[in-house]
Amino acid sequence: MTTETRAFNAVSFFAYLKEGQLAGIRCRSCGKLSAEARPMCQACHSRDVEWFQFSGRGQLSAFTCISVVPNAMGEKGFGRNNPYCSGIVTLEEGPRISALILGVDAANPQNIATGMALTLDVRDMESDRPTLAFVPA
Amino acid sequence: MAATISTAKRRQLGRPVSIVGAGLSRFGAFRDMTTRDLFVEAFQDLIDHMDQGIDVEDIECGYIGNYSSDLFEGQGHTAPILADWLGMTPTPITRIENACASSGSALREGVMAIASGMYDVVLVGGVEKMTDLPTEGVTDVLASAADGLYEVPAGLTFPGIYGALAKAHMDRYETSLAHLAKVGIKNHTNGALNPKAQFNSTLLDMMERRKARAEQQGQPVPDWRDEMDFLNDPRANPWIAWPLRLYDCAPITDGASCVLLVSSEIANNFTDKPVHVVGTGQASGRPLHDAEELTSLSAAREAAAQAYAMAGVTPRDIQVAEVHDCFTNAEINATQDLGFFEPGEGPRAVDEGRTALTGDRPINTSGGLKAKGHPVGASGVAQVIETFHQLRGEAGPRQVPNTNLELGLTHNVGGTGGTCVVNILRRG
Ligand SMILES: [Zn+2]
Repeated sequence: MTTETRAFNAVSFFAYLKEGQLAGIRCRSCGKLSAEARPMCQACHSRDVEWFQFSGRGQLSAFTCISVVPNAMGEKGFGRNNPYCSGIVTLEEGPRISALILGVDAANPQNIATGMALTLDVRDMESDRPTLAFVPA
Repeated sequence: MAATISTAKRRQLGRPVSIVGAGLSRFGAFRDMTTRDLFVEAFQDLIDHMDQGIDVEDIECGYIGNYSSDLFEGQGHTAPILADWLGMTPTPITRIENACASSGSALREGVMAIASGMYDVVLVGGVEKMTDLPTEGVTDVLASAADGLYEVPAGLTFPGIYGALAKAHMDRYETSLAHLAKVGIKNHTNGALNPKAQFNSTLLDMMERRKARAEQQGQPVPDWRDEMDFLNDPRANPWIAWPLRLYDCAPITDGASCVLLVSSEIANNFTDKPVHVVGTGQASGRPLHDAEELTSLSAAREAAAQAYAMAGVTPRDIQVAEVHDCFTNAEINATQDLGFFEPGEGPRAVDEGRTALTGDRPINTSGGLKAKGHPVGASGVAQVIETFHQLRGEAGPRQVPNTNLELGLTHNVGGTGGTCVVNILRRG
């Protein structure tokens, strides 16, 4: 994989995701990891950044189950009678990222546990903007 | 006290700035009104309530907060249209956009314009016309205040991100659905005393009206005993973004707000009761997933620290506050982030009635965004207007009982903590 040639931006982030890879940035100056693809380190402003492939394992740190859905999720069949779960995932390498949480009972959020182990499960692979999703590990 | 408040560099205004008048449109859903009509209504209210009058020709500059007339009604470049409709051309007016903190930021810009010495008389305000779109459309427009690359594609909506914040608070502290409900009940109790509020009614009255309507229409009459019973009925109070329910959310509102700022040296030309802007702070924050903590907004803590430092006061000195309760849990977060209560003490303060109109720390006497309404770009200055009236002792039936009010604070959040503006006002 010619990781070094890809621009540090969202187009590359989603291209990696389409390949089943959650790729972010590691700062070569201070070591800061970011689960978002950015051309400059947000901690030390260094431009010396490199791609970092996350394992895709993490845990659920906070979540919500959404019943009043935006148009894009409505088109996927979600709505008042079919809520979905979105959450904040803490990756095992440290950074957090927002993701769709699938394979959980979003209609019964009391059965979803903060802290549960998750693993990457990219959806809509055909799209230029695949959906970053996790499922229970 | 104040464990959450860090220290901030003490910045000072170049010269003192005062608020000498305030105007508010009605808040609600006004099908036939556009952005410009709403702002004209607020401006006329200002003109009509200037203690010693104002010649519009004397206003030198304006900053108007507006989140998204572009997406809500297809109108960009709103500021010159407002200048025209106010009869103020060629006076420069600039639109300020910081999501729901747009007019909190606009007020700061006006304060700095006067403090710089460039202008003596500046109009600041905010306006939002939201009700042209259906709820799904409004949900999309509000979601665009979040990160379109890394939050929105995860399905997160504006209530969704606040829902995740609420869940994190519940995991860490004793916060419960009942605490959120109590914030809503309190704010509607205050809103019932505010004739400008979109919901000028207590939740108990709203519940009784629904019962009466069911009876009138020959339908089964729900057996709700009290507001809490009503709020716990999923037919009356459905989930929006668990753990947030319908009555945890501020409504979709059309409305506008404005105040007149002047150099304090000339304040007495306009009123005997000016209110001084003694502290102002603003900070930026990262998306929730990249925040240091999931139970607090770092931008709120930083903006508060800046404002307290400029004013030379502590959280303990603040006697009345309007905080950004776009969702009921946001009010609990705010009272902790502002240092009114220790982290985790917010829910208990609600239980003990400390934030009620008669409590030792009255919060959102206007009804807050929850009951007064939340025309997003107008809310920051609307908060300042309530505080202005409280400090001048002219808040009528919702005037706080403390007869020696000196200091009030406003806390205005953009998006889900991307921006926070805190302003501190002192009675003149
Ligand atoms: Zn770095």
